[in-house]
Amino acid sequence: MDQDIVGARQQGRALAVKLEFSPGESTLIATAISELARNIVSYARRGEIRIRPAQNGERPGIVIVASDDGPGIRDIRQAMRDGFSTSGSLGLGLPGVRRLMDDFEIVSEQGKGTTVTVKKWKL
Amino acid sequence: MEVPILKQGSFLIATVQAALSDADLLQFRSALIQYVVRSRSQGVILDVTDLDVMDSFASRTIREIAQMIRLRGAETVIVGIQPEVAFAMVQLGLTMEGVATALDLDEGLEYLNQKRKTATSPESREPGRG
Repeated sequence: MDQDIVGARQQGRALAVKLEFSPGESTLIATAISELARNIVSYARRGEIRIRPAQNGERPGIVIVASDDGPGIRDIRQAMRDGFSTSGSLGLGLPGVRRLMDDFEIVSEQGKGTTVTVKKWKL
Repeated sequence: MEVPILKQGSFLIATVQAALSDADLLQFRSALIQYVVRSRSQGVILDVTDLDVMDSFASRTIREIAQMIRLRGAETVIVGIQPEVAFAMVQLGLTMEGVATALDLDEGLEYLNQKRKTATSPESREPGRG
């Protein structure tokens, strides 16, 4: 549901603010969540977004895991290129999300689904 | 969800709220276009000051609104994109190409007034341009 996209990014922003990310960083995190949730809604229809605090040595951070059991991505390298899209939407999603966050990891299997894990660490 | 649309002379001012879903945005798009047609507006200010996230869908929808309004012969100017929102948009690779933007409501009104002046002065009238 597209209403859930708003809910996911609001929860993400709330946690980012609680973890004392700056307003600018919190906006980057909320925007990344919005795009990840959008990918789920448009390609897989349903899935889930988990948002939790993380720790990298001394550095606190936030982890977002977006997973679905949708059709999967056939060519991840192609999907990670700017301007590529199969749903005719925009094709900015994944490469854009990678630029918004610090760490980016994607696992996808055709017919099984896709899991994208992104992290942002506090400056 | 309602998006307030105010009439200010021959212009419209629409204020986009913070947490609009995709469906809300599409509903807003059609409401605004209808309003532009009904009121024969010459210009529209889209105030996005409260918008805390401008993702790919929101920015595409806003670009489409501006293009539709242009086809009606009116101008659109986006005002109030927050600095952190602008930063996130650039990181994400989103642009507002072809859409006028201004700092705030005052500057947006000034932009539309300028546009109207140049559009109505006879020496600048060039059919088929733009």
